[in-house]
Amino acid sequence: MDVEILARIQFAFTIAFHYIYPPLSIGLGLLLVVFEGLYLKTGNKMYEQVTRFWIKIFALIFGIGVATGIIMEFEFGTNWATYSKYVGDIFGSALAAEGIFAFALESGFLGILIFGWNRVSSRVHFFSTIMVFLGSMFSAIWIVVANSWQQTPAGFHIVGTGMDARAEITDFWAMVFNPSSVQRLIHVWIAAFLAGIFLVLSVNAWYILKGKHLDIAKRSFKIALIAATAFSLLQLVAGHSSADVVYKHQPAKLAALEGHYDSMAVADMFLLGYVDQKNQKVTGIKIPGGLSFLTQFDFKKPVKGLNAFKPEERPTQVNTIFQFYHIMVGLGMFMIALTLYASWLSYRNKLFDKRWLMWIFVWAVLGPQIANQTGWFAAEMGRQPWVVYGLLKTSDALSKTVTANQVVFSLVMFTVVYLLLLVLFLYLLNKKIVHGPVDYGTKGDIEEGSKRDNPILDHTGQAPIAAH
Amino acid sequence: METFLGLDYNLWWFLVFGAVISGYAILDGFDLGAGSLHLFLTKEQSRRIALNAIGPVWDGNEVWLVIGGGALFAGFPVAYAAIFSAFYVPFMVFLVGLIFRGVAIEFRSKEPGKLWRKTWDIVYCVASIIISLSLGLMLGNVAYGISLNERKEFDGDWLSFFNFFSIMVAITTLALFMMHGAIYLTMKTESRLYTKLYLLARQFIIFFVMSFVITTLYTLLYVPHLSDFFREHPSSFIVPILMVLAIANIPRLLKMGKYRYAFIFSSATIALLLIMVALEVFPYLLYSKGNPANSITVHNAAASPKTMKILLIIALIGTPLVATYTSFVFWTFKGKVKLDETSY
Repeated sequence: MDVEILARIQFAFTIAFHYIYPPLSIGLGLLLVVFEGLYLKTGNKMYEQVTRFWIKIFALIFGIGVATGIIMEFEFGTNWATYSKYVGDIFGSALAAEGIFAFALESGFLGILIFGWNRVSSRVHFFSTIMVFLGSMFSAIWIVVANSWQQTPAGFHIVGTGMDARAEITDFWAMVFNPSSVQRLIHVWIAAFLAGIFLVLSVNAWYILKGKHLDIAKRSFKIALIAATAFSLLQLVAGHSSADVVYKHQPAKLAALEGHYDSMAVADMFLLGYVDQKNQKVTGIKIPGGLSFLTQFDFKKPVKGLNAFKPEERPTQVNTIFQFYHIMVGLGMFMIALTLYASWLSYRNKLFDKRWLMWIFVWAVLGPQIANQTGWFAAEMGRQPWVVYGLLKTSDALSKTVTANQVVFSLVMFTVVYLLLLVLFLYLLNKKIVHGPVDYGTKGDIEEGSKRDNPILDHTGQAPIAAH
Repeated sequence: METFLGLDYNLWWFLVFGAVISGYAILDGFDLGAGSLHLFLTKEQSRRIALNAIGPVWDGNEVWLVIGGGALFAGFPVAYAAIFSAFYVPFMVFLVGLIFRGVAIEFRSKEPGKLWRKTWDIVYCVASIIISLSLGLMLGNVAYGISLNERKEFDGDWLSFFNFFSIMVAITTLALFMMHGAIYLTMKTESRLYTKLYLLARQFIIFFVMSFVITTLYTLLYVPHLSDFFREHPSSFIVPILMVLAIANIPRLLKMGKYRYAFIFSSATIALLLIMVALEVFPYLLYSKGNPANSITVHNAAASPKTMKILLIIALIGTPLVATYTSFVFWTFKGKVKLDETSY
């Protein structure tokens, strides 16, 4: 295999693995603010337990998110040196802003969140929780801005020619608010909220099924369900406006999403289907003229198709893009239906009787995860063959000095390490969930060593009081 | 060339970048040092205290690396591209080291089993050592120079990174971090563990001074492009002299139990050492060995003046913010480690 495909596989693999965690942090962060806010407002100890429980899980998720995220920042330089030189003037400032405004905020206050319970007042602790949540939200801003600039570049001019060409910034705010960043950011934020919220729903549904921690589980479930319903519905609007930007600014991508080739024809919208790339035909269940309607409010108007672009300037893996996009949309619809139905049952006080529904919620945690992954894959593959849309081809963006052997080395290394991480992550996550949001005992209990089943205590049962 | 307070933007950003790197070395330096000496501590209790001494802050410290990477990418994209693609293999090893360091800290306390904890102790220690060594090796090569072609891309063999000078810089970095980490831990510990760390700190100081002297002599004798600055500006010898004085003061302060001052002096040692390196390499960001005309400098690698201006504004707004909440977090966790139900 050549360096290009290897480098792309490595980037896709490392970013996809990384992207399991930050959305969970953002979504859990939101609920932590809600739970801890309720604790401060009501003084109900139950909310404190819930907050403490989810902070422990948050810490685990955040830890892996950081470890895998640092790789991403440097992978531009290691594998995509030409790209880095080309976009450095623009991309770099967004990345620097991410580090200093977002990540520093998040990591700094996380220490207080986890270890500060006995060190700061409950108000300061709550303030730290808000800061951690805001930090994770800000992170998303700068990363999505940088990526959106690759999709719809703005606020720059090109300096130099040939291999020395590079983009230079002319207008910082035009770069930040490039045509797609706002819509995509909202879409990503909501998707992240859903990822965290569905994790909370899943864990609590499981407690309800097992008859454990029922009070806590039912209350947490209901709070999370309200958020899940609202954000699932909002995502429909956000997703649509995001697609609208793609229609206006990246017509080749839009055409690939629906497998639409002929520019003279009305564009259909498929619910399910398969793209026969050779014959440029899509087979499946469709709403005739659906895409024409969604983009132009007219079932009869044609939409620009893939054939309007030179073969070397349009994405090639049309069927894969089509499938990923439709999986994402399908899961979005599924989440709307699921949460609406559950809300209706909840309104009629019948929610927790339906065991089958609770089982669906246990597994529905995968819904936002798969939708996040497939959505990003569709967005990134749909931009191909460009790494910066219309400006720089992916094949030109590589590091010229890195050999295939070196990439194979790092790819194998990442695969092994990440698989190990995933196994450990799932093991520890499961352990924490099984342990549940129960009290770890007071400080006194722990110092006396009277709580033997306490995982915090040393295996010797020795009381960890003073240093020796 | 646009200027701010009499210095041009590129030079400003070189200073900002240098400050961030120094911040990273001082802050994550003590985490890495504590990690590298972790296996010298034998009791479970001591290891837990050492881990919890860095527990609330190591994540925040690692952020400085992220900021440093962003600062280099944004201000000197050509240098960012050349350095990380050239050091592909050592850098990947460094990154995997960072992953393992982080998860070892997080995972170790999650299970009480002896084997589980022992495994993560070893992973944590070895990862910290590998991170320190690979960081030093890359820094050494950046200063020493690598082979660059006229497009400012690396065209040599990565085995050439293992030259005597860079290996010595790697060892010096490890020694420096171990010294710094041991001194940090003296601030956080009491009674017998404190005494043990005090003795370790003294040994690491000797280890550091020896490797530093060897590296410096070798530089003066065999690496002219790094020692020229000092030969031409004899007054600049004040920097290494101050550094030696700072180190010499540390054992005295530790003996008197003034561990906070000892830590400040240890941090000052790192800052002075990096100032020395900056003086040696400036204006080069990556020296081209064999053909110095292909070197990457603060001038030919810089982003546009417009971006430089934006970056300086970001730094001006961001630095006080980061400084404020970093101090707040350190202040919250000041003093000796007390284990409680939230500890690792």
